[in-house]
Amino acid sequence: MRKFKEKLSGRVFFALAFSSISALALITVFILIKGLPIIGKIGLSEFFGMTWAPVSQNKFGIFPMIVGTVSVTLGAALIGVPIGICCSIFLAEYAPAAVRNIFRPAIQLLAGIPSVVYGFWGLIFIVPLIREYLGGPGLSILAGAIILAIMILPTVISISEVSLLSLPRQYKEGALALGMTHWQTIKSVLLPSAKSGIVAAVILGIGRAVGETMAVILVLGNAPALPASLKDSVRTLTTNIGIEMGYASGDHQEALFATGIVLFIIIMILNSTAQYVTRKKH
Amino acid sequence: MNKPIKIVINNFDYYYNKKQALYKLNLEIQANEILSVFGPANSGITTLLRSLNRLAELNPEGRAEGEILLDGKSIYDEDVNVTELRRRVGMVFDVPTPLPMTIFDNIVYGPRLSGVKNKKDLTAIVEESLWQAALWDDVKDRLGMPAMSLSGGQQQRLCIARVLALKPEVILLDRPCSGLDPISTAKIEESLIQLKEKFTIVIAPHNVQQAGRISDRVAFMLMGKLIEEGPNEEVFANPKDQRTSDYITGRFG
Repeated sequence: MRKFKEKLSGRVFFALAFSSISALALITVFILIKGLPIIGKIGLSEFFGMTWAPVSQNKFGIFPMIVGTVSVTLGAALIGVPIGICCSIFLAEYAPAAVRNIFRPAIQLLAGIPSVVYGFWGLIFIVPLIREYLGGPGLSILAGAIILAIMILPTVISISEVSLLSLPRQYKEGALALGMTHWQTIKSVLLPSAKSGIVAAVILGIGRAVGETMAVILVLGNAPALPASLKDSVRTLTTNIGIEMGYASGDHQEALFATGIVLFIIIMILNSTAQYVTRKKH
Repeated sequence: MNKPIKIVINNFDYYYNKKQALYKLNLEIQANEILSVFGPANSGITTLLRSLNRLAELNPEGRAEGEILLDGKSIYDEDVNVTELRRRVGMVFDVPTPLPMTIFDNIVYGPRLSGVKNKKDLTAIVEESLWQAALWDDVKDRLGMPAMSLSGGQQQRLCIARVLALKPEVILLDRPCSGLDPISTAKIEESLIQLKEKFTIVIAPHNVQQAGRISDRVAFMLMGKLIEEGPNEEVFANPKDQRTSDYITGRFG
C-alpha cells in the first residue's frame, strides 16, 4: 500500500509539472500554425519590409516595429542598467541593515505595480514634461524608455544583488586583509566574480522590456513608422499586437501572430543567453 | 632572548552583540617570534587574530574594548588608516582564498595597488614571495594560470606568498593547515620557521603538535580567556595550570 502511494504521488506531481510544460508547447504550436502561413504567402522580404498598412494596402511589413522595440529597449537599458547595478552594489555592500530592510521590500513593490499604472503615470507625468521641455508630441521613444527603465529596475537589482551576496565570504575578506579599500575590493574582486550573474540580470531585464506591452502602449504614440529622433513616436512589436488584435481578421490577424513569432524568438534568444551565461562559471 | 615587543594587548574585551567572546586579554608578542595561540574551538582565537588587523569589525555586531598596541601605537585610534594597518598586519585564513585571477596577478595585486607599476619590479616581487612561501618550484612555469587551478596546499602557500608580497611586519595565520595533507603542512611549517627572521608570526595552529613543532612561545586560550602563556618548552613540559595540562595531554578538547 505504502509503495503504491509513493508511486502514485510521483505520477501526480509529474502530471501537474507536465501540464505547465504542455501549456508552453501548446502556445508555441498555436502561434506557429497561425503565423507561419502569412510569412510564406507574402515572403520574408515583405514581412520584414518598411510598410505596415494592413487594412488600406494589405501590406504587412514589421521593420518599423522592430526598430521601435530595439530603440525603446536599448534606451531603457541605457538608463535602467547603470542605476540598477549601482543600487544592487549599494544594497549588497554599503547599506546598513536598517536601510536594506526598507529598500528591499520597496523594490519588490516596484515589481508589483501593474504595468498599466506605469503607463498611465508616464502619460500624465513624463509625456507632458517631454512635450514641454524637448518639444514634439511627447509620446515618444524617450518616454517609453524612461518608463521601461523604471520597470526593469526590480529585475536588474534583485538578480545582481543575489549574485553579489552569493559570493564566498572569503573573497571579500581576503581582499580586505590584503589592504584593499572597500571600493577596490568591490571593483576588482566582487564585481568581476559576480559578472555572470550581473550579465544575466541585465539580459533578463532587457527581456522584460522587450515583452512589456501595456505601459508602452500609453506613452509611445504607436505610429507604425520609422522614427527619426528620440522625440518621435514609435510602435513596438508588442504594442502592434495589443492595439490591432481586437479588430483584425484574415491575413491581418495572421500577420499579428507572425509578429508574435518574431517576439517569441527574440525572448527565447535573450533568456537562453541569460541561462548560458549564469551556468558558465569562471 | 630579549627581543623587542611588537604587539601589546591590554585588557582587551570583544563582544558579539551581548555575548562576550574575549575576556580581559593581556598578552605581549615579541618581534621575530612565532607565537602559537591554541585552544579548543570557540575559545576566541579567531576573534583575537581578526582583532589584530581589525578584520573583526566587518561584523556589524562586533565591539572591541581595551587596547592593542602595534609598535607602541594603538590600532584602534581614530587616526589609524585601516587599509594601511592591514598591509602591516597580513592575514592568511583557514580556507585558502585565492582571488579569481592568475597566480601572478594574485601576488602582485597588493603591490600594484600601492603603486608598483614596473613589470620588472613586479616579477621580482612574485619570484621572491613564491620562494619564501616554498611555492616557486611548483608554479614557476605556469604563473599565468588561474590560481583556482592549484591544489589546496598550493593555494594556501599562494595566499602566504600574497601576504609576503605586501612586505608586512606581522603575519597572522588562522589554522592555515586545517584542510591540508601532511606534506603541504610540513612545507608551510618549514617556510614559517624561515620567515620569522623577517616577520613576526602569530598562528592559530590546527593542533597541539603543530604548536609544539614551530612555536617560540605559546598561549593557551579557553572560553575567551587567556589561561597561560610562555616559552614553548616550558608550557609543554611544565604547564602551570591544570586546564592547560589537561588539554595538552588530550584529556579534553
